[in-house]
Amino acid sequence: MAGTDIIIHDEKDNVGVVVIEKITPKQDCDCWIMENDKSVKIQSMDEIPLGHKIAMTDLNEGDTILKYGHDIGKVVKSIKKGEHVHVHNVKTKKW
Amino acid sequence: MEIPKTFLGYKREDGRTGTRNHVIILPVDDISNACAEAVANNIKGTIALPHSYGRLQFGADLELHFRTMIGTGKNPNVAAVIVIGIEPKWTKRIVDAIATTGKPVEGFSIEGVGDIDTIARVSKKAQEFSIWASEKQREERPISDLWISVKCGESDTTSGLASNPTVGNLMDKLEPLGVHLCFGETSELTGAETVCEKRGKTPEAQEKFRKTWSSYNDFILKEATDDLSESQPTAGNIAGGLTTIEEKAFGNFQKIGGCKFIDVLEPAEEPTKGPGLYFMDTSSAAAECVTLQAAGGFNLHLFPTGQGNIIGNPIEPVVKLTANPLTARTMSEHIDVDVSKILSREMNLDEAGDELIKATIRVANGRLTCAEALGHREFVMTKLYRSA
Repeated sequence: MAGTDIIIHDEKDNVGVVVIEKITPKQDCDCWIMENDKSVKIQSMDEIPLGHKIAMTDLNEGDTILKYGHDIGKVVKSIKKGEHVHVHNVKTKKW
Repeated sequence: MEIPKTFLGYKREDGRTGTRNHVIILPVDDISNACAEAVANNIKGTIALPHSYGRLQFGADLELHFRTMIGTGKNPNVAAVIVIGIEPKWTKRIVDAIATTGKPVEGFSIEGVGDIDTIARVSKKAQEFSIWASEKQREERPISDLWISVKCGESDTTSGLASNPTVGNLMDKLEPLGVHLCFGETSELTGAETVCEKRGKTPEAQEKFRKTWSSYNDFILKEATDDLSESQPTAGNIAGGLTTIEEKAFGNFQKIGGCKFIDVLEPAEEPTKGPGLYFMDTSSAAAECVTLQAAGGFNLHLFPTGQGNIIGNPIEPVVKLTANPLTARTMSEHIDVDVSKILSREMNLDEAGDELIKATIRVANGRLTCAEALGHREFVMTKLYRSA
């Protein structure tokens, strides 16, 4: 069971967090959903470093990013499943 | 795992239980530090708690100063207290309030006597207290006598991923057993404030949280030159993968698990609504926050860290955990519990929570924390505004 490339906090989340040094494009990654201890797989599209997020599904402009099961911001540029999710395509809803 | 029903603690006169048995020398003000430190140096088994304030404070800031002094003295980890101030009036106010617990406490003032005579008189009393306290024995006490405070520091992505949720798992398991729990860090909840508000158990608790957070936010907006979008998350947070202030706040918020808070406490205020989770209005600076929580009566602290904060407290043992494997390796002398195996999926949250509970009980029973063994005694008063 040991080893995972990506951790997803909550079943509802549409992003996961990379927990290995980095993932590379076209890499088949193991994901662990922490909340229910389940496993899923995803193929990455980008190079994504440790601690950064990957989209678990296709996301359109205006969609809400869910992490920890909560709203952590809005999509400002559409994102494909497996792509890097960060400040270039997601912004706070606060300001 | 079956959670132990008891731990070994010091039963106090007021019915509370200490995880430690300190005799403290508490200066009322900055200028009494020298006396307090001289006494603690003379008399073994005592510790001085020097700090920077206590003169010409007024209003809410002065009230907070008194509340912090008094709460520190009343904390069940403290067996007996000596209070030293420059003048008798404020000294007596603190002594009288600590005396309501029934523990030995005595006050001394320096004006008209000078340091040297004061040190001699105080040392005699401190020696008496130290020898008296040394005969106190640990006895079996219910687990519900644990009052656990939490605060995280030097957070990185591993904090939100694993070490904070580990603390949340412990809270979910200990709350039903009647343990008092406390989280704070008003500023760091910004972005998750509406979700946090809904975690209030009653409409009153929710309303109190809303007011506390809004008043903090008004202060930030008044002092800030921009909307914080340039500083929250920080450049370092962004490099580490945190995208928005909401994401940072929810990572912090993982520490309370699924618990609901029953009341909102002023800084250093003692909870009075029985067992369960409390929110205390505190700064997010580690030493200030833990000092306020200890003054609120909490007798054991859990501190998840990412990059490796090294804080301790003179009276409340601070247990540190990390999920960052690099920190666990390079700063091992500061880390009591290593949960980095969560990231490699060699440990799940349930197992990590159990490990933390075991470590918590060992420390409650008397095992020294890394910070205690290293001599970390950060005692930092929170100042609300300029003195007169």
